[in-house]
Amino acid sequence: MDSHTVAAQTAETGHIEHTHDHPPFLRHHFESVAQQRESATFGMWLFLLTEIMFFGGLFCAYLIYRNWYYPAFVAGSHSLHIWAGTTNTTVLIISSFTMAMGVHAAETRMRKSLVTWCILTIVLGCAFLGIKAYEWHDEWVEHHVPGLNFSPATFMHGTESYPDDKLPLDMAEKTQVYFSLYFAMTGMHALHMIIGVSLLTLLTIRASKGKYTEGHVAPVENFGLYWHFVDIVWIFLFPLLYLISRHQ
Amino acid sequence: MAQANEHQHHKKFEPSEPTHHEEHIVSPTVYLLIGTALLVLTATTTAVSYLDLGNFNAVVALAIACTKMTLVVLFFMHVKYSSKLTKLTVAAGFFTFIVLIMMTMTDYISRAWGRW
Repeated sequence: MDSHTVAAQTAETGHIEHTHDHPPFLRHHFESVAQQRESATFGMWLFLLTEIMFFGGLFCAYLIYRNWYYPAFVAGSHSLHIWAGTTNTTVLIISSFTMAMGVHAAETRMRKSLVTWCILTIVLGCAFLGIKAYEWHDEWVEHHVPGLNFSPATFMHGTESYPDDKLPLDMAEKTQVYFSLYFAMTGMHALHMIIGVSLLTLLTIRASKGKYTEGHVAPVENFGLYWHFVDIVWIFLFPLLYLISRHQ
Repeated sequence: MAQANEHQHHKKFEPSEPTHHEEHIVSPTVYLLIGTALLVLTATTTAVSYLDLGNFNAVVALAIACTKMTLVVLFFMHVKYSSKLTKLTVAAGFFTFIVLIMMTMTDYISRAWGRW
């Protein structure tokens, strides 16, 4: 910024103190980096609250329909692989830890470790998506995808692990409600993961060039908030979809 | 020169007024402890799902999920160390969310009483 612009700005805002040197990432309508960072965090939380309402609506629908078509939801849940759900929960929690460490690296201005933690988070995020894709493929093979290749057959004659899952045809058809919500919720969650991995790739490239470790922590910190939020959604999806119906 | 600049930044851009929130850097030890606690809780919730507790399977699973969420929000998402503005925003959001869920559920269970 040349002195002319600064002079014009000073005349406009009356903020004499803005004529001194400042970090290039500090916007002029903020008093300090700390204030700018706090505002960004505030905005990020407002966005995350809208996300909570969005996923909350899906959870609410799940709760009501599970009550409504209880035997269908129990049988649907029995068809999921508990090992896959547990592994994915573990992978996602570790990725939240690596992301938290990434934020720490940005705060303590360590470029290399920031890049390393971000890459680890990307790898774990992709591992999660890989396992999820494997599960979806399995559901496709089993004819559990409503609207595409659904067949109630597996829920009418019992399975190997649950020989008593013999639902009458009308209730067996209602497992489609379970799988519709299952695909909607895990699908929206996976979409958030894909967006997260893409954004984090961009952040990592910029971080490798020295950004975010020069005091401008906000982008990494707010991405961390997003990533942890996506983790929280899965923390609730896991017991609701995989666990609570094992013995019903 | 670079150092002099650094010093100048330090002097002029650190929050000087008490209205500004002092940023707290959470230590890696805390992250490691919370991460371990989350993994232990994941193992617990999976193990408990193999026991037949009747209706309490859902209660225990959701209680563990809420505990995990609280740990993530407070420590990984730094809310424990955040400004009052952030704390109030998060609290107000969760409160509104719970009110909406409660009202929906109250409506649902009271429409066809006993036929849930």
